[in-house]
This record gives sequence, structure tokens and C-alpha cells, in this order.
Amino acid sequence: MSSASSVFLIALLLAGGPERIAAHPSLPLRVCADPNNLPFSNDGREGFENRIAEIVARDLGRPLEYFWMPQRRGFIRNTLKADRCDLVMGVPATSDALQPTRPYYRSTYVFVSRRDRALRVTSFDDPRLGTLVIGVQVTGDDYANPPAAQALASRGIVSNVRGFTVYGDYSRPNPASGLIDAVARGDVDVAVAWGPLAGYFAAREPVPLEIAPVLPDADGGLVRFAFDIAMGVRRGDATLAAAVDRVIARRRAEIRRVLREYGVPLVERAS
Amino acid sequence: MAAAIGCRRNPESGGGGSTPRGGVSGAPPSTHFVADLPRGEWRMAAGDYGNLRYSTLDAINTTNVRNLRVVTTLTTGIPHGHEGQPLVVDNTMYVVTPFPNNLLAIDLANTGGALKFAYEPHPDRRAVGIACCDIVNRGAQYADGKIVYSLLDATVVAVDAKDGHEVWRTKVGNIDVGETFTAAPLVVKNKVIVGNSGGELGVRGYVAALDLGSGRELWRAYNTGPDADVKIGPAFKAFYRKDQGKDLGVATWPSDQWKLGGSTVWGWISYDPAANLFFYGTGNPGVWNPDMRVGDNKWSCAIMARDADSGELRWAYQIVAHDAWDYDEIMENMLVDMDWNGRPRKLLIHPARTGFVFVLDRDTGEVLSANTYEPTNWATGWDLKTGAPVEDATKRTKYGVVTKGICPSSTGAKDVIPSAFSPRTGLVYIPAHNTCMDYEGVEANYIAGTPYLGASVKMYPGPGGYQGELVAWDPVRGQKTWGVKEEKFPVYSGVLATAGDVVFYGTMDGWFKAVDARSGTELWKFHCGSGIVGNPITYLGPDGKQYVAIYSGIGGWMGAVAFPDVSIDDPNAGLGVVGTMKEIKKYTAPGDVLYVFGF
Repeated sequence: MSSASSVFLIALLLAGGPERIAAHPSLPLRVCADPNNLPFSNDGREGFENRIAEIVARDLGRPLEYFWMPQRRGFIRNTLKADRCDLVMGVPATSDALQPTRPYYRSTYVFVSRRDRALRVTSFDDPRLGTLVIGVQVTGDDYANPPAAQALASRGIVSNVRGFTVYGDYSRPNPASGLIDAVARGDVDVAVAWGPLAGYFAAREPVPLEIAPVLPDADGGLVRFAFDIAMGVRRGDATLAAAVDRVIARRRAEIRRVLREYGVPLVERAS
Repeated sequence: MAAAIGCRRNPESGGGGSTPRGGVSGAPPSTHFVADLPRGEWRMAAGDYGNLRYSTLDAINTTNVRNLRVVTTLTTGIPHGHEGQPLVVDNTMYVVTPFPNNLLAIDLANTGGALKFAYEPHPDRRAVGIACCDIVNRGAQYADGKIVYSLLDATVVAVDAKDGHEVWRTKVGNIDVGETFTAAPLVVKNKVIVGNSGGELGVRGYVAALDLGSGRELWRAYNTGPDADVKIGPAFKAFYRKDQGKDLGVATWPSDQWKLGGSTVWGWISYDPAANLFFYGTGNPGVWNPDMRVGDNKWSCAIMARDADSGELRWAYQIVAHDAWDYDEIMENMLVDMDWNGRPRKLLIHPARTGFVFVLDRDTGEVLSANTYEPTNWATGWDLKTGAPVEDATKRTKYGVVTKGICPSSTGAKDVIPSAFSPRTGLVYIPAHNTCMDYEGVEANYIAGTPYLGASVKMYPGPGGYQGELVAWDPVRGQKTWGVKEEKFPVYSGVLATAGDVVFYGTMDGWFKAVDARSGTELWKFHCGSGIVGNPITYLGPDGKQYVAIYSGIGGWMGAVAFPDVSIDDPNAGLGVVGTMKEIKKYTAPGDVLYVFGF
């Protein structure tokens, strides 16, 4: 086979792959999402990621299709990499398991407490954290946990900490709400939770809660509390990544309206 | 290929073991077994209650094993990790597939013909996304006319062995909180003993007993929490001071961390009928970073001895207090009586993930010896007076601190894959790994909508230029007699020893091998279609001839790197094992075949 025909063949193969999607607007935009993980997504399409996926699909002029799967270990492998979809709606912008788009929001871990307690904790160096009952999220992947666990451990604050798995009880409608419910009930004095879910659930509790970003947004150079969140496509799907990047730029105001509607605490990158 | 394996009924097939408990031909008279050893059939995952994986069959021996050939194959249709092993009962072979955990019954008088039945339990698909390390199943047990096994979705089923109808089905665990079941059950008298997996997800480990007749749950004993939950009562007597005290399953954790304390049961269970005790090891202390869970974190990484009727804990020995390396100790506990310093002792042999082989007195939990069988440096030795390791503090991981050159790596000097023991040689045959790891830094990851910080764990081959080894270990002398080094990959297949003085095992690049039990000399090998992570068994066919069976289907924690969708570009993928497995795609690919060898 001549080199010219090899090039032609490669081009044809590529055309049958991800490139096809960007080139043929009538093909559906396939999004993989968790069917039961508000405020992010659910199969009733009530999450902010559902709403933003609709914005992207509409802008690209494509019908939106979902592949539902609980977001557990292997989610990217079993969804995006298994070609069950072309886009996932939330990944860290530094993720290397896939190709992230440009970030479309930046949020932060926050302290959550009842307004009637007037605690106003904003820092892990607040001496009251030595005695208050503190609720944190735990992921339980070996060696891995949300940053609050590290920040507390490095200060020797462990005996007054209560753990809530980020997965929660998946048989319930809002598996991730347990930590925020515990603050409202008074089971924990202060929780440290990822902003989007804290903002959403805090607004829905029967008692007023306060949320305050963790400051400063890094701890000892290693532990960070604020993260840029992007969408993700398969590695090598540069065409779709570029197309989604353009949508994120074009629809920035609309996307931010959705995020604010869901109570997502938005922070700007420190200059 | 599907040659029929004769059709004459095997006169010996009725007995899972017609062997006397002592006095195996060629073994020292002082060697005794806790229960019958397998002969014509293979009725439980490990072959016998003592977890020895030794068959008294000797028709295949060191002189004729070179003539072994494939006599039949069966495709399960599910190209994922085929851990575990089939059963053979009444001239029927029973195969449990990886998820969706179908049970296939093969008429050994008509191999290559239609299955006797295929039972399809249709477990909850969500379990697939929850299980940590591929969608494996480690086997079934035959009892009272039923094949009993666990489904990935934490359900246990009993299936009629004759016609494949479901006798009972019990949902024991809850996948909604992260529990899955991967281990083989052990049936003791009228009880089915099962344990849970899922320590990474905040699960609290336990064993439960179900009624063999009805599937009803009779009791549940947790591995963390108050003594009442752990079933610690007046009869509990730990050998070492460090394991004595009230409510240690609470007191050795900050606040209520024990509620998410892992310590699950995804390995093997053995049973001593004379003492009426069953033994199992527990997994790592779940969910919390080591820095958070100040304390010993009992009963993680421990060997547990429980009364088989009540579930009461009789003794416990915690191998690693406050695990910082992911050294689950769910490995097999092999039970055998042997002379020890001139007098007979009831031994429990535990080739450990930590790199040490432990020999315990199984009546008391006393550690008689602990010696390393692969390069190990997190501890320099074992203090038999206190029962504690002599740790190298520089090898203990700490968040934000780079720790290089920890041996063994998190996958251990061996993983769940089981060893065998031959009473004729007195040797334990250990499927071993030689890998080390660097633990470092912080990387952002994302799960269930939430970013978190992970450690990057990079694993790589240990010193000596090999990654795997079949180690022949003398438990009495506490040293290696010989080893067969496998350069390319860790040995992730179980081992079978036979009265023919042949030891069988497989490699992740697909070789199924027979070596001389006394010397390790390679006698025969066959290249299977996919890497081997299952456990060999042997049995008599309906024609009275001896056969050997093995699964060929790469997968599991380390083997999953062979899957096309796992990228070898990311050294942290698969919890860091890619560093040791990056060549695997050059040697094998997913498969789903049972091979049967004979003459």
C-alpha cells in the first residue's frame, strides 16, 4: 500500500470515529451521567449538569441522549472509554484519564453550620475545631480522601470527626445529602463539604444553614480546597473538545445562571 | 475441541474424600488433616476444610505428566477475570462465571454436548460499578444436593445440583451502601458462611451464617465495633496483650470511625471440625486515611477464629495494626497438624500479603514463626513475644510525604490467590509476587460529583529481576526450599498439589505449568488462550481417569490491565498496578475458557 493510500485509509477510519459526531450535527450528543446524584444529575434530568448538558446539545444543534451509570470507580472506563457516550459533565480540569475541556466553573469546599449557632468557621486553624463535632465526606478509595480529611489529620483533629461516605445510601433519592442533613439535625456542629452539594442541600433543609468557603483555598501547599471543573471527552477527541470549549465560551452567562440557580458556590481563581 | 471424557460411571465419585485423615501415603505419620482430602471429586472451593488444595489422586505423576493434553474446553462467554475454580460432584462439573454469575453444569459423560443446565441469576447490574477489582467470583460449594455461591450484588443463592432450579436466594448485603460479595462461601454443617467485600466504599466488614436449608440469615458477626457486634464474649481469649481488652473494635478507632471501618471478608474461610472453629482473615481498615484513624483499627488485617455454630469469636490475632499500605490479610489459612520442635501441634499457616509466612497454633492464636518469603522491608522482622512487627518507620506512608521503595507493594507478596500444601513434601506452594512501590503526592480525582485528593501509588518490579515466583516453603523450618521465578508477571494463579508429586499453577501470560513437588523442575506446560488467574483442580472422570481443570481468563485487580479499556499510559491506573503490568497486553488478552487436561 502506498503511503498516500495509507493516509487516506487513516482519514477514513478517523471519520468513522469521534470526528463523525462533530461533523454530523444530526447525530445525538451522548452524555454519561449518574441517574441518582443530585444536585449534579439524575434520570429525571433535574440536576445542574443535566441543565448544562441541554445547553451544550442545543448549541451544537444535536439531540441529547443519556447513558446512565452510578458514578463509582471505573465510571470513566465503563462509560466514556467504552464508547457508551461522548461527553461527561463533571471532571477536574487536571484529569488525565480523559481529555478535559476548558473549565466551566470553579467551586470550593465549604464549612456548613446552622445559622442559629452563629459559628462562622472559615478556616481549619479555627481553635474551636478542636472540640466541635465535625462532619466530613469520605471517599474511601485507598489512600484517597477529600481534602478536609487531610487538613484535619495534619492538625491532629481526629477524635471529634464523623465520616459520611460521598456515596451515601444509593437506595434513597438524594444519597449525598446525609452530611448536610446531619448539620440541620444538630448531629454535627459543622460540616466540610464540596460546595455544589452543600449549596444545594443547605437551601432545602428545614432550618437555615450558612455556608462559607474554606480559606485559604490551599493548605500547606499540598492540600487544595478549590477545584476547576471541566467537562470531559475521550482522549484524542479533539474535535468535540474544541466544539464544547466554544460552547462553554459562548454560553458562559447562561451556564453561570444555572449554577447560581442551584446554589453552587462559585469562586474565581486567585490571581 | 470437545472430546467426550468416556462414559463409564466412576465408582469413587460418591466420596468427596475417602481418605483417612492421617497417614497419606508418603507423608510423615505425624501429619494429620482436619478433614477428608479431595479424591474423585472437588466439592468445595479449596478442596477440603483445611484449605490445603491437595488431591490424593496420583494417576498423573512426575513421569507421565508430560503426556497431558487438552481433552475438552468450555467457553463461558464472559471475558473477565476468571478467579476461583469449578466444582466436580457426581460426574458433573459446575462453573460459576464472573458477573452475571451464571452457573453452568457440564455432564462429564457428555462433554462437548449440551449443558445439563445453565442457571442465570440476573444479579443487580449496579454491582458492576461498585466492585473494586474486576467482576470476579471465587467459587461455590456443594452441600446437601445444592450448589451454594454468592452473587456480586451481595446476594447468596442455593441451586439444585441436579436440575438447576433455584432453591433459595437471600439478599445479605446492600449494594446501595457499597457492599459486594466475591468470596466463596464455606458450608459448615447446616450453615452457609459468607463475608462481604467493599472496604473502599465505607463498608463495615462481617461474616454471616445462613441456614443451608432455607437461606435464612441466622447470625452476623462484625469485624469492627462493640464486642456485642463482634461477638466477643467470655470465651474470647486473644494470645497477645495487644489483642486483649474490652470493645477494642471501638476503642482502637477515633470517635465512631469503626462504622466505616472496612475489615471486610473477601478471601478464604477454613474450618477445623475438631475445634468447631472457622478461620478467616480481614481486609484493610476502610475509608479513612491512616493519618485520620489514629489507633490499631481492630479488627482490620487480622486472623479471626470463630465458633461455627454461634459465630462467637474465640481468638483474634491482628497481623498489622494501623495499616498504612493496604495490606489486607484475607489470605488463606491452611490447617494441618505437624510435628513442631518435636511435638505434634495444630498449625494454621497463613502466607501473608505483608511478605511474611505466619505459622500459628490454631487453638490459641500464638504465632510460632513469621519469616519473609519475598523481598520485604516495611518490617525487618517479627517479635514473637508481643506478636508485633519490627517496623521500619521510614517505610510507613504518611499523607503528603514521599515514601519510596516500599516492599512489598499494596498488592502484597501475594494476593487472594491461594497456596497449596503437600503432606508428602511438607511444603507450602505459594503463588508469590515481587513488587515494590513509591507512595507520593496528591492528585485530584473525582467520584460521585466530588473532587478528592488521592495518593499516587506507583508499583514496579522488586529487586532480583523477577516479578513472580512459585515459592516452595517449609513451614516447620521457616524457610524457602526452592522457588520457580517468573520474570514477567506476578503469579496470580492458585496452586494445586497432588499425590503424584506434581504441582500445578498458571501464569498471567497464559502458561499452565506442572512442576515437580520436590524440586520445582518444570515437567510440562501448555499455553492457554488467555492469562490464568484461577485455581487448578483435579478429579476423576466417569471413565475413572484423572483430569486437571483450570480457568483461562485474565482479569482481577492486576490482571485487568490486560483489558483494552485500561490505559497503560497512566502509571497510577488500577490503583497503581500498571507499573508492574504494563507488558501484559503484549502477551495476552481477555478470555473466558475452561480447559480440561488428561491423557
